[in-house]
Formats: sequence, C-alpha cells, structure tokens
Amino acid sequence: MAFDLGSVLAQALSPFNLLLALLGVVLGTVIGALPGLSATMAIAVLVPFTFAMDPASGLIMLGAIYTGAIYGGAYAAILVNTPGTPSAIATTFDGFPMAKRGDGDLAMTLATLASVVGGVIGAIALMTLSPLLANIALAFQSSEYFWLAILGLTLIASLSTGNVIKGLIGGAFGLILSMIGVAVVGGDVRFTFGSSALLGGIDIVSALIGLYCIPVLIDLVARPDRHLEPAPLGRGFRFFEALGLCAKNAVNLFRSSVIGTLIGILPGAGGSIASLVSYSEARRSSRHPERFGKGEPAGLLATESANNATVGGGFIPTLVLGIPGTPPDAVILGALLVQGIRTGPELFTQQSGIVYIFMFGLLIATLMMLPVGLLIGRYAYRFIVNTPKSLLVPLIAFMTVVGSFAIHSNPHDVVVMVLMGVLGWLLSIGGFGPSPIVLGLVLGQIAEQGFIRAYMIGGARGNFGGQLLFDRPISWAIVALIVITLGLPLLRLLRGKSQNGKEARP
Amino acid sequence: MLKKLGVLVTVATVLWATGSALAFPDKPVNYIIPFNAGGESDISARLQQPYFNKITGEDLIIQYQAGAGGAQAWSVLNSQPGDGYTIMGTNLPHIILQPLLQKPGYETADLTNIYMFHFTPDALLVRADSKFETVQQVIDAAKETPGALTVGGTATNTANHIANQIFSNMTGAQMTYIPYTGTGATIPALLGGEVELLWGYTTVAAGQGDKVRMLAVAQDERHPLFPDVPTFKELGIDMVGGAYRGIAVPKSTPEEVRRQLSDIIGKINADPEFIKEMEQAGFAMLNIPYDGMEAFMSERQKIYEEVARQLGSLK
Repeated sequence: MAFDLGSVLAQALSPFNLLLALLGVVLGTVIGALPGLSATMAIAVLVPFTFAMDPASGLIMLGAIYTGAIYGGAYAAILVNTPGTPSAIATTFDGFPMAKRGDGDLAMTLATLASVVGGVIGAIALMTLSPLLANIALAFQSSEYFWLAILGLTLIASLSTGNVIKGLIGGAFGLILSMIGVAVVGGDVRFTFGSSALLGGIDIVSALIGLYCIPVLIDLVARPDRHLEPAPLGRGFRFFEALGLCAKNAVNLFRSSVIGTLIGILPGAGGSIASLVSYSEARRSSRHPERFGKGEPAGLLATESANNATVGGGFIPTLVLGIPGTPPDAVILGALLVQGIRTGPELFTQQSGIVYIFMFGLLIATLMMLPVGLLIGRYAYRFIVNTPKSLLVPLIAFMTVVGSFAIHSNPHDVVVMVLMGVLGWLLSIGGFGPSPIVLGLVLGQIAEQGFIRAYMIGGARGNFGGQLLFDRPISWAIVALIVITLGLPLLRLLRGKSQNGKEARP
Repeated sequence: MLKKLGVLVTVATVLWATGSALAFPDKPVNYIIPFNAGGESDISARLQQPYFNKITGEDLIIQYQAGAGGAQAWSVLNSQPGDGYTIMGTNLPHIILQPLLQKPGYETADLTNIYMFHFTPDALLVRADSKFETVQQVIDAAKETPGALTVGGTATNTANHIANQIFSNMTGAQMTYIPYTGTGATIPALLGGEVELLWGYTTVAAGQGDKVRMLAVAQDERHPLFPDVPTFKELGIDMVGGAYRGIAVPKSTPEEVRRQLSDIIGKINADPEFIKEMEQAGFAMLNIPYDGMEAFMSERQKIYEEVARQLGSLK
C-alpha cells in the first residue's frame, strides 16, 4: 500500500484529533437522542467549521458525530418509545418494554455495547474490504430494492402476532400515507386535497415522532402509574450482566452487524431497513421468538448493532464510488468535494492516506462511544426515571414540537406530527400498533418505485418477468428469505398443533 | 479554536465599527438553500461562501429548508424580511415547471431573482465499457427499435426529463425515460447496468471520472474540464440547457439592495479562483445579473412551456 501505517496512526491518534473525536461523539449522541434532530442536520451545520481544520481532522469530527447520532437514537427509543431517527424504529420494539419493566439501565448498557460492536465491525469492513464490497451497491437494482422492501413489510406479519388482520390494515394505511405528494415516477400529484403543503408528502420523521411519542404522552397524563419502573438504587451499569448477554448473543451480534454493513452499502436502503431485517433474522433464529416484542435483549442487540454498522457500510460506496450510501454521507461527500478531495478507488491507494486517517478516526470514535455512552446513558436514564411526570410531560411535548419543526424549519411538519399523534393514539385504543403504519410509510415508497422502474425497464426490453425476478439471482435470494419469514411461523404453528394433539392423547 | 474565534470576532467588530453606516451588508446574510445539504445547490453555495466574505467582510450563512422539490421554501420566500439579509437559492426549470404543473403555493413571477450564477449542463452519459461511442450511434439504435433503449434521469418533469424530450424532438430518437429519486440514485443505475444511458450533468461526469463516458454536453462551448467531449450544437443538435441556479430575494427588498446583491454575486462570479473551483467540480459559469433577468426568464419560460405541453402534463 502506498501509505505508511505509522504516520497514519500517529495522525489519527494525535491529541487534537482524539479531542475532536470525543467532542463529536458526545455532540452526536446528544443530538441523536433528541427526536427530530438528525445526524444529517448536525453534520450540515458543522461542515463549515471543518473547512478551517485540515481535511482529516474535519472528517474525523464529522464521522464521530454521525456514529454518535445513530447511537443516540436508541435513547429516545428505549426511554420514551420514540425513535429519534428512522434507524431506531426497531429499537422501540424491545427497548421500551425493557425500560417499562425496570430494566432500562440494562437496556441502555446493552444498546451501547451493541452499537460499539456494530460500529467496529462496520468500520473494519470499510478499512479492509471497501473496493470489493462497493460492487454490492451496483448489483442492487430497482427489482432488488422492491423485494427488500417487501421483506421489510413481511415483518408486519410477525410483529402483530395474534392480530395479523389489524397489523395488515395498519400496514396498508401506512402504504397509502407513503403515496401522498408528487410521485417521483410519473409526477402525478396524489392525495394532497389541493394543499400545497402536502406536495412534499408526509415527512417520515415527523410521522415517527407523532405516532410513537404522542400516545406515550397521552398515556402518561391519563394513567396514574409511573412512566418507567425505577431500577433499585446502587445497581450501577449492570455492565457484566450486559456483557454476559452479549457473549450469549455473539452470533446474533455478528450476523446483525454484517447485515447492517451490507445494507448500509445500498444507497437506497438505509439504517431503518438494516435494523428491521436484522431484527427479523434475530427473531427467526431465536429459540424463543415469542419473547420478541416484550422486552427481549436479543432484539435490542440486533437492531442497535445493525444500525451502527450501517455507518461504516455507508461510507464504502461514498468513498469508493462517489455514491452516498446514506443522507449524512451525501453531506460529507459534498464537504469532501468542496475541499477538493476526489472520491474513487484511487482514494484508497493515493491521497497520502487521508482516507485511512479518517477510517482510524471513525474506529476510535466508535470505541469512545463505550465510556461516553455508558455515562450519558446512565444520566439520561436517571433523568427520565426520576423527573416527576408533571415536568416530564411538558418537556417531552416541547421536544416533539421543536424536533418536528427542526426537520425542515417548517411549521407544517409540526401539524403533521400532532395529527399523526392523535391518530396514533385513537388507533392504539382500537388495538392498532404504530409500527405497521410506520413500516408501510417507510417502505412503501421504496417498494413502489422499485416495482414501477422494473416494470418500465422490463417493458422497454420486452422482458418484465426477467427484469423483476427470473433473471436476477439476488432477487431470488431475497424472495427465498420472504418465503421463509412468512412460512416458518405457519410451519411452527402446524407442528405445534400436531404435537399438542399427540400430548393430549392418553 | 476559541482563540481563533476570538480574533474573528474582534476583526468583525472592528470592520463593523469602521464601515460606513450605509454599506451593505453590515451583518451576516442568511442564504436559504431549498434542498438538502450535499446536492449541487449546496456545493455551489459552499463555494461562494468564502468569496462573499472576502468581498463584503460579512459571513454568508447557509441554511437548508428542503421539501417538495424546493417548493416548501419558495412558497414562503416573500414572507421573509426584505432587507437584503435573507436570500434564497432558486433553480430552473423547477421554479417555472412547478407552478405550471402543480399548485406549489407560489407563482414563477412571485420570485424576485437577482442573479443566475451557474448551470449544470445536460449531458448524455454511458458506462465506460458501453458500446456507444457517439451520439449518432445512440440515435441510430433508438430509431431501429423505438423505446427499447432505457435512459435514466432524476424524477419526472425535471431538467433531465425535459432534456430527454428535447433530444427526442430534435433527433427523432425514442428512448424510455426511467426516473430516479435524485442524482445520487441515478449513478448506481448507470454503473450497475440497469439503464443503458443517463441524462445527467457535467458534475456527475466530473465526480465519476473514467467510470463513465460523456457523449455530448448541452453547452454553447465545450466544458473546460472535458475538452474532448463535443457539444450537442457541434453535432447539429441545437440543445443548450440544464439545471440553472440563481439567487432570489423577498419581493419587499428595495431596488437599491437588489442591485447591490446582484453586484456582489457578479463580483464573486468574476473571481478567477472561484471560476476555477466551480469548473473543477463540473459546473458551468453563467452571468445573468438583475437587469438581464426578465429577458432570460421569459426565454426559458417559453422553452419549458412547450416541452411541458408535449409531455402531456400541462393542463
């Protein structure tokens, strides 16, 4: 290789860069923990400051903020059932039930450990396999995105056990919500009812805040019991207990991190799909799938390792191909361009090791997340548990308004958030959960566009079936996963019934 | 860091104190980009930033207000204070096509453009290993089996979509246009082989280097970064256009301030260093000051209206 490892390490580990990484992680964690404030926004605001630094230091700081923000998203998900970013949607499934029953301290520590593991695996993949893995971004085309989105949607069925019909209704409602606005393909204006504010569609983050957080707020006010069961005093981080759980779930952690890295490479997918798919895989291979959704640590470990692995994964196509893997990557790519750094495979061989300094910096920032996260997490947990409800409710309500306004500095998003929130609350009374709706909203656009594009291209080439599925081995694999995900619970159910029948016999 | 900031603050204070009261600007100017960070609008604004500071001594603060393809920000521009300290990026064909096709909450005439400072020329791109070496080969292939060739581009009723329609009008070549969510999503589609061709911009070719081949560019003269790539004009296809980017102010901004701003942007545009940086990134310079805006806009309006009618989307 055309760079000198010693000097790269010396630069990445210089006190100034270490300080920047630490600062970035702390800042990122706090921003990520506040619903609505996103990694993209934090990076965009800080980009001008990095122009005053040398490029490597600037990049390290941006990378640290990014990885911190993805991790911080877990806080709101675990403590107030609100995914601060779409990548934390699946974290609410098991994180919040854990916190509810008094295991919030354990959940926070688990999320920290999982995020570090996922982040490190993603960063190592970035450092060692980038040019090779970047081709995955090119192998995934419209039809593969369509099937991937369908795979994500199958999760609705497994999420709503016992109530599949209501889950499907919720999912269909989410799909309809995803159609609002100007269609990318065809340019039709759909379901806007003449309002120019709806042309841009329903913003996913404001829908997330509304659907998840407002019902929690209303419940807080309506019910006399505490928000979270407090942990007994002096229990600490429960670090070794968490470490033990991680060791037990080593396979799960590794699998989820690999899934996260690979999906992070796909420019059209992102952290939400990565954590959903790894959650679904963890549930499928678990010996106790019935525990998922009720506070199962394995589910939390899967989602948090997967979404932090997308950070490293997302940088792979960004640096190798100049194609941003995620929205924050797009901002960082823009910053690189302004600094006159050209992306491409040659970035890994020439450019005096600046990329390697950055990647080491990212790795160090990820490792720093462990102490930083444990400390901030403990504080955040105590704060949420100990603050009286009369203070907590207005505080969270205020944050939801600020957060949804901050997405586009647009009051319209606040209105959407409140409306979705009231709707979410009414639906929850009727037994409809928010997750199927959100899955429909997030995945609907990806599925629709993927399908229509495959249809148009297939039409032009006179081979629709081949374009969508038959000529595409990657699609076969995803379809096989869909069949397994949908078929396995049925099979288990049937087997369980026949076994029960046998036992019932005298 | 803190020390540096301190020095900056002191310098700024001294400049503020010594500058005459009439000088514009005498405080930072907010520059609203109606798109997400990281796109062409953002990058060109970032490149302007240091030169604005160099010329005026004041900061240019970039903010993002993305949504509805820019319409979210443009529909509220006129409710901003018209003191010259709030300016907003505008993009063509967006601000002409949106009011024409939808009800985006603003009219083209509502936006007071004070300068159009660059454009990203339309370019027809193929993969480096594509069988197409010239535009003529593409036209021949498209005429042989109309609609069988696929060409990618960004969304519907956009600069790329219009380029495809104009190209088709002028050459008779029929291709199937495949819309993607953004420039970023079109690149893997081309490189991965989902589409044979791509309507992109010179910036895309600049970013992708030798992985793509640009067949022709819709400029009056060849782009300095691609001296070997012919213009469509050279090939007998009268196509000049792309995505134009400019700056607008709220309607209430006084005539005097509009001119001052136009002059400042013009000065930035004349800086050889700025031109070099812009062209290196693939942008093409354009100089339409406040005075020339009306003629420019009505010319573009005519072109877009005609194409929109053809695309069948004009009501």
